[in-house]
Amino acid sequence: MSLRIVVCVKYVPDATGDRHFADDLTLDREDVDGLLSELDEYAVEQALQIADAADDAEVTVLTVGPEDAKDALRKALSMGADKAVHVEDDDLHGTDAIGTSLVLAKAIEKTGYDLVISGMASTDGTMGVVPALLAERLGVPQVTLLSEVSVEGGVVRGRRDGDSASEQLEASLPAVVSVTDQSGEARYPSFKGIMAAKKKPVESLDLDDLGIDADEVGLGGSWTAVDSAAARPARTAGTIVKDEGEGGKALAEFLAGQKFV
Amino acid sequence: MAEVLVFVDHVDGAVRKPTLELLTLARRIGEPVAVALGNGAADTAAVLAEHGAVKVLTADASEFADYLVVPKVDALQAAYDAVSPAAVLLPSSAEAKEIAARLAVRIGSGIITDAVDLEAGDQGPVATQSAFAASYTTKSRVSKGIPVVTVKPNSAPVEPAPAAGAVEALAVSFSAQATGTKVVSRTPRESTGRPELTEAAIVVSGGRGVNGAENFHIIEALADSLGAAVGASRAAVDAGWYPHTNQVGQTGKSVSPQLYIASGISGAIQHRAGMQTSKTIVAINKDAEAPIFDLVDYGVVGDLFNVVPQLTDEVTARKG
Ligand SMILES: Cc1cc2nc3c(=O)[nH]c(=O)nc-3n(C[C@H](O)[C@H](O)[C@H](O)COP(=O)(O)OP(=O)(O)OC[C@H]3O[C@@H](n4cnc5c(N)ncnc54)[C@H](O)[C@@H]3O)c2cc1C
Ligand SMILES: Cc1cc2nc3c(=O)[nH]c(=O)nc-3n(C[C@H](O)[C@H](O)[C@H](O)COP(=O)(O)OP(=O)(O)OC[C@H]3O[C@@H](n4cnc5c(N)ncnc54)[C@H](O)[C@@H]3O)c2cc1C
Repeated sequence: MSLRIVVCVKYVPDATGDRHFADDLTLDREDVDGLLSELDEYAVEQALQIADAADDAEVTVLTVGPEDAKDALRKALSMGADKAVHVEDDDLHGTDAIGTSLVLAKAIEKTGYDLVISGMASTDGTMGVVPALLAERLGVPQVTLLSEVSVEGGVVRGRRDGDSASEQLEASLPAVVSVTDQSGEARYPSFKGIMAAKKKPVESLDLDDLGIDADEVGLGGSWTAVDSAAARPARTAGTIVKDEGEGGKALAEFLAGQKFV
Repeated sequence: MAEVLVFVDHVDGAVRKPTLELLTLARRIGEPVAVALGNGAADTAAVLAEHGAVKVLTADASEFADYLVVPKVDALQAAYDAVSPAAVLLPSSAEAKEIAARLAVRIGSGIITDAVDLEAGDQGPVATQSAFAASYTTKSRVSKGIPVVTVKPNSAPVEPAPAAGAVEALAVSFSAQATGTKVVSRTPRESTGRPELTEAAIVVSGGRGVNGAENFHIIEALADSLGAAVGASRAAVDAGWYPHTNQVGQTGKSVSPQLYIASGISGAIQHRAGMQTSKTIVAINKDAEAPIFDLVDYGVVGDLFNVVPQLTDEVTARKG
């Protein structure tokens, strides 16, 4: 029996670019290059390793996003995923986390799965909630924030390094997993991988295909509303001194002036 | 007055500071009703009452420790059904965010994470968030259902406000999903005796410039002279010089102390995402062009191996 792995990957604005909000207070995608969220590369990597260790496995990458989000799917395919699903619909513009999880869950159910793998957080919204939302919606165990993961005999095992303790976790498939950037370096696509990716299937789905009403998603259907977004005022230029031997003392003087000492 | 559920983060009955901050914010919206779960839950009542909890709902069961997240969602949902609150507030820890998310789906509500402030508004509570590595400040609301909001540490002052804090046992029936993810073993982290990174008033961090695990004692000595927590950049963590749990940044801890001191850290966007909301920022870096200097209130261009020990000595002398 083939192990069906679905990897959720998000297309995000480059964090090193000048990210800002559009007039409707959604993410402005015009001025900044988009890419596969770097933290989702770790999810793709772990999916590929789990697939390699299984007798027979298929890795599907899934994204919910605008047309350009195909770039994120191509990158994941060139790393080695087998096929891709792209949920694309004009009515999705401005969807929040609850809505996104609804769309992802429907697409995952339609695709069929034994294991869902996500990143720990997107690099734009950075909420870190979508994997838990998916587990709740799909009614399967969540095995999240893993820095180590393996699948054997229908059981997923992993290590979660939390604030106060490190935990070993275990759940039966089907399950939703999320992995951290400590789970292992993601591979670079090879030239062969990039060429092969061009021939791999990318399925496009819209809201109708998933049986979702337009008023459950998008800005209008959102469960949350952004009322304002303001650029943080530039910090007033600080004092910068060059150390000529007394730099530590000068700094202590500054800290004392600010009542930290 | 409307009730507001506050999820309590505690370790064996010792309430962590972010929960007391939540009680301050909750009082702006209504009457705080605290929910404390697991070992020592009832021991939290006294301090919660001192900080404004009119009621403390408690439950303990082996499920809370033996299985991941869902048992706590079941309990919080039971509290939600018992109280019908105007909002549900949780701290922004990794676990509490997941609890919040699942509760939101169950009760058909929107969720806001990582709020840095919260105020009552005409259309319900208004949350302030900090977006894109803190380069934007947004105001948002939950527009469907009862607001579920997680709040970052250091977002509000801890204010005493004595209230009844009546302890009530919460009856919880666990869902079919509760035992889905088993915690097979748990290795507690050793305490360093230093303040908790996310809660500390002062954080002293070291980066690649510290150049080796054996040199991190320089950073620790400065931290200890100031009573501060120690942080590290991902470069220092990836090199194995300091534990990952001390990483500050997008994939590490997000900190918002009164004072942040960065030594040998260049100030990459992913690091800034975790410290840019610090009140006062200080950097020591030998490269005058390092981007971290764009953020600082005070910067020293110099070798950290000279500047940091001198600063430590001076701080110790002034305190002594
Ligand atoms: C600055 C900012 C703040 C926001 N604040 C809120 C808020 O408070 N409340 C709210 O409801 N919405 C908010 N949103 C919208 C929200 O980020 C998106 O709806 C998003 O798709 C889900 O949340 P996330 O990106 O934070 O994902 P996370 O929960 O951080 O993502 C975790 C993982 O889920 C998967 N994933 C997430 N989105 C997708 C996708 N579209 N396609 C495929 N996989 C995906 C990825 O594997 C990812 O690594 C915010 C957006 C921005 C840009
Ligand atoms: C998806 C993603 C997530 C990430 N998450 C994080 C995160 O959470 N946290 C994080 O920190 N990074 C994160 N990073 C990495 C980040 O991009 C940077 O690589 C990292 O922050 C660099 O660490 P650094 O400043 O210590 O090292 P460098 O950039 O190498 O800087 C070292 C600095 O030390 C100075 N220096 C050297 N010697 C001395 C000396 N003797 N005295 C004084 N100064 C000296 C140098 O001038 C230099 O400015 C992430 C990256 C990605 C792609």
